[in-house]
Amino acid sequence: MKIPVSWLSEFIDVPGDLDALRATLDDLGLVVEGIERVGEGLEDVVVARVDEIHAIEGADRIRRVIVDAGDGPVEIVCGAMNFVVGNHVPLAPVGAVLPGDFVIAQRKMRGVTSNGMLCSGRELGLGEDHSGLLILDEHPNLFVGQRLLDLLGIESDVVLDISPEGNRPDAWSVEGVARDIAARLSLEVKSVATAEPTSATPTSTFASAAIDAPDLCGALMVSVVRGVTVRESPRWLQRRLEMAGMRAVNNVVDASNYVMLELGQPTHPYDAALVKGRHLGVRRATAGETLVTLDDVERELGRPGRGLGDTGVDCVIVDGTDTVVGLAGVMGGATSEISSSTTDVLLEAAFFQPMVIARTSKRLGLRSEASNRFERGVDPRLAPRATARFVALLQLSSPDLEWLSEPLMASGETPERPVLTVSQAESDALLGTHVPLEESARLLRAINFEVQIDNDVMTVVPSSARLDIRSGLAGRADVIEEIARLYSYRRLARRTPTWPAPGGLTERQKLRRTLRDVCVGFGGFEAWTPSLGDDDDFDVFHPGVERLRITNPLSSDESVLRASCVLGLVRTWARNAERGSGDVVFFELGTVFTHPNVADTPRRARGGADGASDVPLPVEREMLTALFAREGDDATSAVAAWSVLAERLRLADVVVRAAEAPTGWHPTRFALLEDRASGAVVGRLGEVDPDVVARIAPTGRSQQRLGVMVISIDVISDGALATRRSEFVTVPSRFPAAAVDLAFVTPTSVNAHDFAFTLRHASDLVESVTLFDVFTGESLGDDVRSLAYAIRFAADDRTLSESDVTAARAALISAAESLGARLR
Amino acid sequence: MGTYSMQDVDALVADSLASVAALTSLDELRAHEAELDGKRSPFAVLQKTLGALEPDERREAGARLQAARATVREALDARRVALEADERVVRLTRDRLDLGDVVVTSVSAPLAAGHVGLVPSTQRALEDVFVAMGFTVADGPEVETDWYNFEALNIPPAHPARGMWDTFYVELGDPETVLMRTHTSPTQIHLMEEAVANGTLPIHSVMPGRCFRRDTPDARHLATFHQIEGLVVDRGISFADLAGVIETFTRAYFGSDIASRLRPAYFPFTEPSAEFEITCTICRGDGCRTCSQTGWIELGGCGMIDPAVFDAVGIDAREWSGFAFGFGIDRCAQMKHQIADMRALIDNDVRFLRQFA
Repeated sequence: MKIPVSWLSEFIDVPGDLDALRATLDDLGLVVEGIERVGEGLEDVVVARVDEIHAIEGADRIRRVIVDAGDGPVEIVCGAMNFVVGNHVPLAPVGAVLPGDFVIAQRKMRGVTSNGMLCSGRELGLGEDHSGLLILDEHPNLFVGQRLLDLLGIESDVVLDISPEGNRPDAWSVEGVARDIAARLSLEVKSVATAEPTSATPTSTFASAAIDAPDLCGALMVSVVRGVTVRESPRWLQRRLEMAGMRAVNNVVDASNYVMLELGQPTHPYDAALVKGRHLGVRRATAGETLVTLDDVERELGRPGRGLGDTGVDCVIVDGTDTVVGLAGVMGGATSEISSSTTDVLLEAAFFQPMVIARTSKRLGLRSEASNRFERGVDPRLAPRATARFVALLQLSSPDLEWLSEPLMASGETPERPVLTVSQAESDALLGTHVPLEESARLLRAINFEVQIDNDVMTVVPSSARLDIRSGLAGRADVIEEIARLYSYRRLARRTPTWPAPGGLTERQKLRRTLRDVCVGFGGFEAWTPSLGDDDDFDVFHPGVERLRITNPLSSDESVLRASCVLGLVRTWARNAERGSGDVVFFELGTVFTHPNVADTPRRARGGADGASDVPLPVEREMLTALFAREGDDATSAVAAWSVLAERLRLADVVVRAAEAPTGWHPTRFALLEDRASGAVVGRLGEVDPDVVARIAPTGRSQQRLGVMVISIDVISDGALATRRSEFVTVPSRFPAAAVDLAFVTPTSVNAHDFAFTLRHASDLVESVTLFDVFTGESLGDDVRSLAYAIRFAADDRTLSESDVTAARAALISAAESLGARLR
Repeated sequence: MGTYSMQDVDALVADSLASVAALTSLDELRAHEAELDGKRSPFAVLQKTLGALEPDERREAGARLQAARATVREALDARRVALEADERVVRLTRDRLDLGDVVVTSVSAPLAAGHVGLVPSTQRALEDVFVAMGFTVADGPEVETDWYNFEALNIPPAHPARGMWDTFYVELGDPETVLMRTHTSPTQIHLMEEAVANGTLPIHSVMPGRCFRRDTPDARHLATFHQIEGLVVDRGISFADLAGVIETFTRAYFGSDIASRLRPAYFPFTEPSAEFEITCTICRGDGCRTCSQTGWIELGGCGMIDPAVFDAVGIDAREWSGFAFGFGIDRCAQMKHQIADMRALIDNDVRFLRQFA
């Protein structure tokens, strides 16, 4: 919200130091997002008349212009094209300093000397227009050499751009901001001029008003102002509206807008001649009813939107024939607009229920300065003063107007003002700082709260402008926040609390760190790939599988929740490979999602007091995914990396078991990681399907093998699923071990890990079994391969004898034969 | 292929289809494609003869020729698909590797440094500071219900404050009931609900995690980002404790010359609420462009838990009090490493990643 300091000065003596003012506002929670100095730097700018325009040889974007600013012809080089001889334009002479510390100096361009600058609106800080020079001819009484500031009737000003918080409906006004500053700096708040009815004629003889929806509209004040001359507002008033970011329209609309900005009460003026029956009523819109709003859009009303909790209630203003003439609190209708022929004005000043306005405004996507204020909560008691202020402003340009007496006041339900108690102890406990109740009371009274202190307990009734202050415990917190805010957060104490419970990470959180450390250890680069992708990407690994969709995606590229991180990493690799850095291992720890309809253990329940209500939720699983894309990498790299990981995680025995590959994986190079004890699948190893690689890889890399490891963090963090080696370790035998190498011709159907497991348990003397060679060849026959294991025998209590070793060896061979293998 | 006249078109089709069926490899198909359907094919030859015909005849003959040629082309395409599938099977069979047979000790890989992602490493550093201060760390789901993300946090449906978060909704259940969490605050609700259910209050936790906002990424914002929030619920906790924790954290993480300060703000789930600012890490408080000459930059939000939130989770606000705070992990990383464009974080460019330990 933009507030000119001159406007603020109508209410308080604004401190001169702008930096201090800004700091004060920030500290009050009225954050100053920008400070704009307008009119500053325009002191030297004068009105000049264009006398001659000449082309400059060899230049088509600049021209030589002769102007007169009262002291004879001045030669200027100018790039604008929107003016002709005879126009009056602003001239910044040599030596002038324009806004932004832009010093005007004599310059030479294309051999022509420019003795100043002709200016656009933007260059002067007088608007956004930079399409050409600011043409001044429309101004009456203009003369050559006149100071521009005098012509425009403006003084230099400072505009504060303040961003009030959502719980500060009162701060959306000049007066509200002034009141806060006054409270902090102990200043007096002055009141602005208001009018009194000028006619003895009661309003009811001319117009009527009614509320048919008391739950939506708490108060409706309708006033009649007759004999209005619709014309331009005084220049200073227009200027203030402009500085505040609104356009001046005519004196009636301007007065309404001015009051809204100044006091925070939106009002709506109607041309009384265009309101049938000269009646304004408030009711619910019936379903399907339509209204053409001031922006010329036809709106359908009274129907629930898609939004959660939207009941489809719209509050409307109707005329005497029950026809909708405005969308209450949001925007007026086009039919009863103020025009140059308007003479009688009906002014509506109302209080609408904030949530109703918020819903209507959200559903219709229609925001206005009025809805912005109503949805935060306008002071329900403000209408009479705002109306009186409106008339006073209108009288400035239409002094003969007639304001009928006894404006119509219809009332509905307004929020009750809570009565709150705050004890000294409660205030101290919440703030941790002793702010004496007397001090608190002084601060609260300064923002119009009613306060009484009785025996260390303060009874507080908030100002009617502060609808955000709730009742009960929450209201007490609201009041204490006001105390702290006005007292200054910076003056509050600090204390670092301690508590007996130690901090720390859960096992799972430690596990994540271990996983990262291992991946970095084998040279991995951690990537962060998108959680949202498109259907095509989803289909690469999960064709036809029901997927989770975003209802309101920004683009179809980000409309589906990922079910795997693999493709994200493949794309990451491809992009790096394009830049010549594809020789790399990427990994990611990330969440993947499964639609509840296809999940093994669907998640439901909305949560909260009525949490039993059935809401299907995605199943989220956390995955470690690694992609091996270095020169020479393939599925074996993934296997090797997995073996390192398994060691670090102290996993007892996980079988790498070849299995049918899911879509997207290399069909003949795929394995599941199966925990031998629990049977749980802890992850997958393999390669990306070569066809997928060929499709995504940059030129020259389409044959690359991409090894993949996917580990379920959910499974490996669960001790019941991922079996760990005992923490009770074995002390190695102190007696020498015997080493034997055995090679077996083994059916391909027998898994090498299973085979090793059998060997390891074939004799008590086996210390270790390690696969060291695999050989396939025609000499061995079909469907078999030779598996060579290095085997160590040892006993805790003795050096093994020759016969011990022989017996153990025989036991192993016999066990191997039971699996269909034979010694090679 | 021989020579054909317009009368022989049927024969041409039959002969061509036979030739297509006889193709046994993709190489063969590529070699013969031109003679069957290309510029050298009888179809192309016949096409040239059409010019000599009368217009009516030409139209009729042309249509027949087109149809015949299309039949052959379809057969060729079908054959290509079939041969490709066959060859893929052959290739994959030749490629077969039982991963159980991999001799791990014989797999060699270059020794090279890896790099933890900037966000996780920042998160780790932040967690370490908070753990040292006595906090535990909590995780929560990324897809949430309206209850956890909004309603329990004192933001009822259609509340204007919802405009503070641009939300991605998930197509599940009734409209706008399931969403991508817009902040990590829902984890606070889970924690409080669990602590109430299990009788395990107090809570001293931080919750880092990924969040989503329906917003086009730019140099300062990403649609996916990471937050860390803190929650303390205990007896006798005051605003002074909150300010103290923020200050201790700030100095521990950013350095002893970086201070913090609070200013009033509004969040539906805390009261009193504050934004917290820290000494500008670029100019160390002297004033620069980054901090608009103020010497301070905004880091996050915080406040005392609103009684309405306690009410929603069933905590007695007369017995317990607490505070919460939150800020962006990505933003911390950006400030610490002076990253000009946040989008670098999601580009996963190894030239970028390599710069972090």
